[in-house]
Amino acid sequence: MNSFMAWIEKRLPFMDAMNKHAIQYPAPKNFNFWYVFGVLATVILVNQILTGVWLTMNYEPSGEGAFASIEYIMRDVDYGWLLRYMHSTGASAFFIVIYLHMFRGVIYGSYQKPRELLWIFGMLIYLVLMAEAFMGYLLPWGNMSYWGAQVIISLFGAIPVIGEELTIWIKGDYVISGATLNRFFALHVIALPLVLVILVFLHILALHEVGSNNPDGTNIKKPKGSMKPEELSKFTFHEQYTKKYDIVDAIPFHPYYTVKDLVAIVIFLILFSWVMFFAPEGGGYFLEAPNFTPANGLKTPEHIAPVWYFGPFYTVLRVIPEKLIGMIAMFAAIGMLFALPWFDRGVVRSFRYRSKIHLFNLTQFAVCFVALGVLGTMPASDLANLAGRIATFGYFGFFVALWIYSKNERTKPVPERVTG
Amino acid sequence: MKKFILALLAVFPMLAIAAGPSLNLDEAGNDLSDKESLKRGFQSYLNYCLGCHELQYQRYNRTFKDLGIDEAEGVEKWMPTGEKSGDHIKNTMPAKDAAAWFGSSPPDLTLEARFRSPDYIYTYLRTFYVDENRPFGVNNKVFPDVGMPHVLQGLQGIRTINENGELSEAKGGSMTEEEYDAFVRDLTNFLEYTAEPNKLERQNLGYWVIGFLFILLILAYLLKKEYWRDVH
Amino acid sequence: MSNVPVNNGRRRFLTAATSVVGGVGVIGVAVPFIGSWNPSARAKAAGAPVEVDVSKIEPGQMIRAEWRGKPVYVIRRTEDIIDALPKHDDQLRDPESKEAQQPTYATNGYRSIKPEFMVALGVCTHLGCAPTHHKGDFEEFVTGVKNGFFCPCHGSKFDMAGRVFQGVPAPLNLVVPDHSFPTENTLLIGVAPGEA
Repeated sequence: MNSFMAWIEKRLPFMDAMNKHAIQYPAPKNFNFWYVFGVLATVILVNQILTGVWLTMNYEPSGEGAFASIEYIMRDVDYGWLLRYMHSTGASAFFIVIYLHMFRGVIYGSYQKPRELLWIFGMLIYLVLMAEAFMGYLLPWGNMSYWGAQVIISLFGAIPVIGEELTIWIKGDYVISGATLNRFFALHVIALPLVLVILVFLHILALHEVGSNNPDGTNIKKPKGSMKPEELSKFTFHEQYTKKYDIVDAIPFHPYYTVKDLVAIVIFLILFSWVMFFAPEGGGYFLEAPNFTPANGLKTPEHIAPVWYFGPFYTVLRVIPEKLIGMIAMFAAIGMLFALPWFDRGVVRSFRYRSKIHLFNLTQFAVCFVALGVLGTMPASDLANLAGRIATFGYFGFFVALWIYSKNERTKPVPERVTG
Repeated sequence: MKKFILALLAVFPMLAIAAGPSLNLDEAGNDLSDKESLKRGFQSYLNYCLGCHELQYQRYNRTFKDLGIDEAEGVEKWMPTGEKSGDHIKNTMPAKDAAAWFGSSPPDLTLEARFRSPDYIYTYLRTFYVDENRPFGVNNKVFPDVGMPHVLQGLQGIRTINENGELSEAKGGSMTEEEYDAFVRDLTNFLEYTAEPNKLERQNLGYWVIGFLFILLILAYLLKKEYWRDVH
Repeated sequence: MSNVPVNNGRRRFLTAATSVVGGVGVIGVAVPFIGSWNPSARAKAAGAPVEVDVSKIEPGQMIRAEWRGKPVYVIRRTEDIIDALPKHDDQLRDPESKEAQQPTYATNGYRSIKPEFMVALGVCTHLGCAPTHHKGDFEEFVTGVKNGFFCPCHGSKFDMAGRVFQGVPAPLNLVVPDHSFPTENTLLIGVAPGEA
């Protein structure tokens, strides 16, 4: 066996890559609860791909057959109902996990130098994920699928000059029809997943290049020769890291984080299974009631809302009365996030050592984001609009305020070593 | 961290205020594991509903199996002749004519309980009232200006509405109020079943899966603690 | 860093225990994926047993039914044909139907429940073509045998019980599907006698 492995290793250094990226990768020893969401997102990605491929085996991507094929999967295919629920619950779970994952980045300053590109890759993944989810939601061809797509695609009609033509080009028809369904199917099943997997790969590569941040925001890789031998981490790390740096406060990813992540994964699976087996409709948010009737261009559901995870941006769009400005604001809301590393002119990473202003700003940002999300699921009303405008102000205000105070912020001294 | 959670809690009152008006629905109180109730509901559906409303995603043999009806008896007594037990539950009403007669085609009801909710169906079938302005002389409390006639009028009797929008008791039906409620409950039960025939299986599997995961959790936790002694 | 010595035994046990239980979990997750490949209720409905009214078949006549997407030959054999069956055993590859190409209740001289009715899949056991029925003019293919089946694709020959002749590409007798006679005049293809 050993000579076989050596033969492979000489031609493709698989074991070396495993050591570098999974086994002997130096991870800060003070990772807490917030650091679990990356691996959970990967688990969900694998789930979506596997269940997605299996659903494709029985799904019919045509306007005439799609809705019936979902019921075929739910009733006639052995365990089809389970595969369907794994996929639908997984989609919502993906966004819960990703939002928490992004929040960790925000509070610990994981977007700051030298991790700006890591953050950008993450934001690209988020963008592609939203497109993937949007296209996937059309596929069951239920009434909410149809009308949700109708509303979102018609947004592009607000673009001056080319808007109308653009929406027809996207739909491939004068109304949302089988043509739209078929192309969304192709993009959802292969094109975007391929892009997603490549981006995740690059995201992890970019992470390993600069190394992981940690809740204290300290560097665990000190300049080579700057630490006394007895201060260095006692574990073995890949020489890729040790030859360039003195490594402290780190532990090898395997077995310590493989074993800790396993606990996190099992806890996640318990919560996931609870939803999937006992409340797969998610209170009407994961599987929406109007989607149990087929798409009908002549019958609009009582209340059209995008799926809950698009809520925050939908609210921003909705509370601004002018259609084009609303659309620009919606895209700007995502754009602000992309530019976060440049809005933050500070050098202290973790909120643990930053000013009270920053703590307040972070809190109001989180509250506003959640509020925007909740409002996105509700029907429009004067009160909802007012609340939405306040929350939008708070959301954009986060970036503006951060830019202002981060230049000369009153921060606490950052420790040299991790505190846990 | 604490401040963050407190601030989040402040958001939730907004939920209540901004929520829209909701229909007042009676609780159906049906029990999916009660097979006798499901059988009665199935029979009622065949007698009163199938003429206009199909169950196009539900197969006869699946229904027999889940409700505990012997296949041979099912084919003989619960199915129209000429159809096979593997067929879906359909009728022969021509869609275009139906649209002309009723204003719109009577919808398929397989998924109705997931689209509306069992409570909705239960309330809907019990709140028809006299309304001279409607083509069939009846209107409905939860579905205003519905195109459907009150098919079960013979059983429930007739209800009238007063200026305050309150419905009177039903008069002139062959069933008492309790009997009719039970009748509708069985029918609702059956429709909740057709909307998701796997529901009980799903919940049962859930207990096993989560139970297993707890065992795995204990082992994984002990394993983690053991290895992390190196670190602390 | 901990100063407590590593308890290797405990570590190995816990790793093994977690791996085993985890492995059970992986198998559990695999079940729906593999199970979903079984024939669905739709496939089973399409593959349901087929009823044939045999009272309408004239003696010597063959009708074609379809079951699970395949042609089923149903022939009402005459007395002459039945009597002639044992006479050419020496020309057959498997005269006693030793190969499992038929249910046990059809492992007899005429390969069916009633000698009067031949029920076999019209699928040549060579490469799957549909053999043609030759009524009275089969002697051009096999001397001394008046009736039989000739497959036009590669020349395989079968007798009136579906048994394959020697010297042809087909290796086996025609498949006899499960069948039964719930009433005198009804043939039910796909259900063995005594089954529900």
